[in-house]
Amino acid sequence: MTKAGTTVAPADTPASAVRLPRRRGIELALIVLAVLLSVYGYCAVGLARHGTVPPGAAGYGAGLGVLALLAHLAVRLRAPDADPLLLPIGVLLNGLGLVLIYRLDLETPGDRAAPTQLVWSTVGVALFIVVVLALRDHRVLQRYAYVCVAAALVLLTLPILFPSVNGARIWIRIAGFSIQPGEFAKVLLAVFFAAYLAANRNALAFAGRRLWGLQLPTGRVLGPLLAIWLISVGVLVLERDLGTSLLFFGLFVVLLYVATGLTGWIALGLLLAAVGAFAVGWLEPHVHSRVEDWLHPFASIEAGLGPNQLAQSLFSFAAGGVLGTGLGLGHSVLIGFAAKSDFILATAGEELGLAGLSAIFLLYGLLVERGYRAGLALRDPFGRLLATGLASIVALQVFVIAGGVGGLIPLTGMAMPFLAQGGSSVVTNWAIVALLIRVSDSARGQYDGTEAP
Amino acid sequence: MARYIRHAACFCALLLIALLVNATRVQVFEARAHDENPANRRENIARYGLRRGDILVDGRPVTGSRDTGEQLRYERTYADGPLFAPVTGFASQEYGTTLLEHTEDGVLSGSDPLLTPFPLWNDFTRRRNPGGDVVTTIDGAAQQAAFEGLAGRKGAVAAVEPTTGRILALVSSPSYDPGVLSGNDPGVARSWARLNADRDKPMLNRAVRQTYPPGSTFKVVTAAAALDAGVVSDVDAPTDSPAPYTLPGTRTSLTNESDGCEDLSLREAFRWSCNTVFAKLGVDVGVGDMTATAHAFGFNDYSLRIPFSVARSTFDPTVDRAQLALSSIGQYNTRATPLQMAMVSAAVANGGQIRTPYLVERTTTAGGSTVATTGPRPARQAMYPSTAAQLKELMTQVVTEGTGTNAAIPGAVVGGKTGTAQHGIGNAGTPYAWFVSWAQGDRDVEPKVAVAVVVEDAAADRGDITGGGVAAPIARAVMEAVLNSKE
Repeated sequence: MTKAGTTVAPADTPASAVRLPRRRGIELALIVLAVLLSVYGYCAVGLARHGTVPPGAAGYGAGLGVLALLAHLAVRLRAPDADPLLLPIGVLLNGLGLVLIYRLDLETPGDRAAPTQLVWSTVGVALFIVVVLALRDHRVLQRYAYVCVAAALVLLTLPILFPSVNGARIWIRIAGFSIQPGEFAKVLLAVFFAAYLAANRNALAFAGRRLWGLQLPTGRVLGPLLAIWLISVGVLVLERDLGTSLLFFGLFVVLLYVATGLTGWIALGLLLAAVGAFAVGWLEPHVHSRVEDWLHPFASIEAGLGPNQLAQSLFSFAAGGVLGTGLGLGHSVLIGFAAKSDFILATAGEELGLAGLSAIFLLYGLLVERGYRAGLALRDPFGRLLATGLASIVALQVFVIAGGVGGLIPLTGMAMPFLAQGGSSVVTNWAIVALLIRVSDSARGQYDGTEAP
Repeated sequence: MARYIRHAACFCALLLIALLVNATRVQVFEARAHDENPANRRENIARYGLRRGDILVDGRPVTGSRDTGEQLRYERTYADGPLFAPVTGFASQEYGTTLLEHTEDGVLSGSDPLLTPFPLWNDFTRRRNPGGDVVTTIDGAAQQAAFEGLAGRKGAVAAVEPTTGRILALVSSPSYDPGVLSGNDPGVARSWARLNADRDKPMLNRAVRQTYPPGSTFKVVTAAAALDAGVVSDVDAPTDSPAPYTLPGTRTSLTNESDGCEDLSLREAFRWSCNTVFAKLGVDVGVGDMTATAHAFGFNDYSLRIPFSVARSTFDPTVDRAQLALSSIGQYNTRATPLQMAMVSAAVANGGQIRTPYLVERTTTAGGSTVATTGPRPARQAMYPSTAAQLKELMTQVVTEGTGTNAAIPGAVVGGKTGTAQHGIGNAGTPYAWFVSWAQGDRDVEPKVAVAVVVEDAAADRGDITGGGVAAPIARAVMEAVLNSKE
């Protein structure tokens, strides 16, 4: 790939020039495959557990299929040049998540989460369609940067007014529904960061004094950014939502680096992160115990208290081995109450094995890569930063939660995009895919085909 | 800016690689350690998630599995629990396994690598094999006869096939139903507490795990030692033995139940079970030869497994002459399991050769194809064949015209020896009634069964307790059952 950013390309390529193939047919075929795979998963669970195809399989399959087809039609209508992989990956991950949740529901007859998740998935796809249909050009969002950040801050602070659940104060409950506003806030913040950095990146990169070889921007430019970031992270720490605060932090550093290209920012970010992590881990008992669990996952067993969630999660992954036990045949329910949400990946690891887990990781990797590719192909800095930010959100979130449940890094409660139980998360991720569709449509539509994006 | 986007993408790629490497670490390299972590319940869930294989008697399962639908899914059931408990033992989710359920657990639970057609492939797929079956050597009719013969009295029966060592009956009484220990509900804990607190020790396997003073039945061993050592060369020649017999080096005198034992020949002394004659014979043979013969019959052997372990029967080699005299009539420190005494009887019936007893004929996969067979193990010579022939004759006379007439079976040759063993401090306990015997049907070319019966029978009047009166009828019932079922 050539340096699309530094090569001076014609500012406005005529729309009549040769375009990239649109590949909507491929998208449709992949969607059908994704839906079929999900239905197959339902049948596999039912056959493994009861020897029969579950009665709801057709309904779930039809529901998922109709949703996916409507989304596909919206893309055909308003984003015909969009990347053909994004939507099928979303459909497949969401369908797989529904299968895993349905499978875990069998172990907890009193608590059925799959129907609710299907409702939320519907809401998510609806939002996807609305975004694709209503948002003609992503650059419009630039205008709403300050609306976005205001909304994000409100959403972030809202849960403080509500009681904490399982040690974290990140939910609000309205009419029986729990909503995690922090999920929505991350998209809004990504929009704001992208818009702000796009507008001020020259000032950030080249203005201000030099200090120890580090180019410092002027306080006037950096101040608001730092303030908003500190508020978000501070609020999240207060709410004990460590995963999301880590995510915001990572998002901020990545976007700052991409916008300015200053390695010093990365160094400074890592330094701040280390100091912050150390302080929080030292002072905050909730975090401290998470770090202890990570360092000694079997300490509670040795203390005679039985395995904790992380140990159970590791047992699950180990039990899956290379090929997995098969859908419906694992015992990841031993993990306990968070099996369907934070630890959903353990069920995938146990029942689909290393093979299935790697496939899931690669699906996420592909989704992220397509996001970055769209960012690379775009010309406008806002679009580039937005695509990079959205892709980074997915990448960081997957890493933080998958690394947590796999014992790679300390565990922080977060939802696996599309897979985990959680309405806010599913809706947010559909919004992310919708925005990626939109930017990729712009990216692929603007080139004449002589230069590969 | 594109350059930096690529850098960020590379960073994400590194994160992806880290996740993949970590997943491989946990799921491949650390998987075994996690699987074997005792806190990991999966092993138990998998173990009870499959129907356990069965233990077979006469080709029919005496065990079963019940699907409870719980997390530990299958529980063990027993078709005729108390009858076969001394063979099967129990398989409890809470208290582990015993006896055949324990020693054959690998086959029954499906974890035995022999059940796997392609070991490496199973390692890869982590598939668990269905539990295999264990085919026992038990003869159901003989087992039933022994159990009914004991009729709830404290005691035990062991029967073996002399030519092979196959164990045909193994009964302990009073017994218990192992099924009450199968699951993990509170009732199981109550049953466990009740069984353990029971003064009659129903869970004790008296046939192989309890030793008794063998009393006069041990005279078979003493006679064999005397004949082998040449101390007696003619069974009809009078022995030089006073009655009563003063134990060497003491003023204690040993008496007999019956009169007229003085200087009796070995044949007559064996028929009437003269203590004085055999006590002196043992002393004349000497502790070395007595110990050697006892050892050849299987005494002082720690290593007997059938396949579960059998309590060691003892003949004390460190005795003085007076103690040797008592040891030689199955008292003092001489102790034997009922199975050991069945082996003594079987050795006589089998021309002096001992076949190590075994309980498992073969193990099979769930599909019925054989995994392993036990088969008779090499024979060991316990005495000269000529000695065995003479003892056979002596034992036959005990049944035809001696103390063991209650064991006679029409149309069969039966040899036997009664015993009434003193025990307790100052011999205050109710004596144990013993009977050891073997039988050969008139159409059989060789003896088909050797059996040992012991009845603790604390309820009976002391004077009535003799091996011939209490134990011999049980032995006869068992032998009849074997002779009939083998036709």
